[in-house]
Amino acid sequence: MSKTLYRKLVAAHTVVQLDADNVLLYADLHLMNEYTSPQAFAGLHERGLKTLYPGQNVATVSHIIPTHADKLRIIADTDSALQASNLKRNCERHGIPLFDTNDRFQGIEHVIAPEHGMIRPGMVVICGDSHTTTYGALGALGFGIGTTEVEHLLATQTLVYRLAGDMRIRIDGQLPAGTTAKDMILMVIARIGAQGARGYVVEFCGSAIAALSIEARFTLCNMAVEAGARGALIAPDETAIRYVMQHCPDLAGDADMAARARAHWRTLFSDQDAVFEVEHVFDASTLAPTVTWGTSPDQAMPITGTIPPARDASDARALQYAGLASGTPLEGIAVQHVFIGSCTNGRIEDLRAVAAVVGEHKVAPGVRAMVVPGSGAVREQAEREGIAAQLIAAGFEWRKPGCSMCLAMNDDVLAPGTRCASTTNRNFEGRQGRGAITHLMSPAMAAAAAVTGKITDVRTFMEAAQ
Amino acid sequence: MTHTIIEGIAVPLPIANLDTDQIIPKQFLRGIDKAGLDRGILYDLRFDGSGAPRPDFVLNQEAYAGAPILLGGANFGCGSSREHAVWGLQQFGVRAVVASSFGEIFYSNAMNNGLMLATVPEAYMEQLFAHEGPLQLRIDVERLEVASSVGTTGFTLSERHRRMFLDGLDMLGASLLHLPAIEAFARRWRQDQPWLADVAAHARTRLDGAASIGAAA
Repeated sequence: MSKTLYRKLVAAHTVVQLDADNVLLYADLHLMNEYTSPQAFAGLHERGLKTLYPGQNVATVSHIIPTHADKLRIIADTDSALQASNLKRNCERHGIPLFDTNDRFQGIEHVIAPEHGMIRPGMVVICGDSHTTTYGALGALGFGIGTTEVEHLLATQTLVYRLAGDMRIRIDGQLPAGTTAKDMILMVIARIGAQGARGYVVEFCGSAIAALSIEARFTLCNMAVEAGARGALIAPDETAIRYVMQHCPDLAGDADMAARARAHWRTLFSDQDAVFEVEHVFDASTLAPTVTWGTSPDQAMPITGTIPPARDASDARALQYAGLASGTPLEGIAVQHVFIGSCTNGRIEDLRAVAAVVGEHKVAPGVRAMVVPGSGAVREQAEREGIAAQLIAAGFEWRKPGCSMCLAMNDDVLAPGTRCASTTNRNFEGRQGRGAITHLMSPAMAAAAAVTGKITDVRTFMEAAQ
Repeated sequence: MTHTIIEGIAVPLPIANLDTDQIIPKQFLRGIDKAGLDRGILYDLRFDGSGAPRPDFVLNQEAYAGAPILLGGANFGCGSSREHAVWGLQQFGVRAVVASSFGEIFYSNAMNNGLMLATVPEAYMEQLFAHEGPLQLRIDVERLEVASSVGTTGFTLSERHRRMFLDGLDMLGASLLHLPAIEAFARRWRQDQPWLADVAAHARTRLDGAASIGAAA
């Protein structure tokens, strides 16, 4: 019987079928952070249990970590410092690999895992973080869980997993200049809604997807959860296989194993006549740079538009929070802050895109623009390429890696009423600071906003610069 | 701990996409245990910037004090995976949330902790929200039914979740019984796809021995 890629991955990882809707699902990799794992370890200790397969778990301090550029990063907040030391103690006790506060490879879980070869096609990857959908970019099924499930995973390397439905999103056509995977996913979320993919694993396909780099695919799959998706997948192609081989020296160095792996990965696709319960089709060639105006990622529109009238109470509430009137052009809205980073857009390609737009320009007066690389490796790479020096000269703050102002759980917090052009994934009320307003956009668009001090169409900005 | 019937005043929170960031803001996530999370529940809605209660917010009104049921908008609990949202709601006294849909991870988290989530039709929610003043609600988990003066409706719950709620099923305890099957699976898995074994440990060892940081792209 023909199967979707999603069904193939679930079938391959099913240890026991528990009932019609639930399986005991084996996880190849479990990622942990400091704030959704402490109570899981505590639960494990109460039961006197140990971690079943420590080498298939990894932890990083990422959400609470300060990003100031001091040589040694010391967490000033005592509660947060305790979370970090507690994670270290738990990892030592259980033999779990850790990327600690001052590790040079430290970074956001979803950035360090693929860049150091921990993600491979066909895997099931699980993390106490909703953006685990990122790994679909490499043909791995990733999804977020809660803390009780983290405990379950540590003890059994499995999860009680409720099966999702199959949805396919086909995007054909060529992305126009000035648009990126970020614009693509914001458009998709705006079109299908914040719960448009709830209950489904989404498989992305089509010529526009095939043309994307792996880092762009990370961005796309990372935000699928903002449409409610329980997972995102892109069948691994030669682009994905090349990426994995580049980032997995141990595998690439073993010719026999690499050949076996490649042969297996080439079987990971949805059968031609596999049935998807829901299918959406979009055309990338009509895309414009896309920006959110409200407090849900689906409240997004092309940069050329004007703030829409409230369709319902939810829109009205968002407009009031964002301090925006219907009919106001989106382009030209002043920002006081620009944030570039996060598991959505904190990778080297994102920083290259920022540097390309900034060019010789300076950050606009009165704007605070912050760049937080997604990992130590990204930061060092950007320094080698001269991106860091260029951005510092332009007036950007060049910070150390972490989640930082994406959710503002560390000391990078926006003041009430301030407006931020942000490359992150959520524009929720209070997300980047109580009363602060977030406009989600691509790194290129955020760079243009930094230079002009307002939400700007990067396409006209770049034309004017030529 | 759990009971078949959950009954009491239902608090209307007609806000679509009420995310877990709002249910429990980040400043309450810095602990290593579950203590005191009730303080953070809907904090920015309950209190103003100076920490004073907002008198117009429903949870601050006398008539709704101690209510065990929340009436949520669509996609209640979307966003971050923070289970603190569920623990905090329970500590706050909430025993059930009724809405037309819920965020996926929040749903699993609630079921794993015995917080009842009843998914009912949108039209029924509209009727509940249209009601003026405090409304008494009765949720019968055995019969999978929500009843109030505006009417009665059914809701669905997977058989597994229903048992978890009614019998207080210990999920981890049940799964530990499958350990031999898990270990057998893992052995075969490592043979078939040796490139998936201990990927994290291998990466850590490699990085510990790295003279220079590798190219990121």
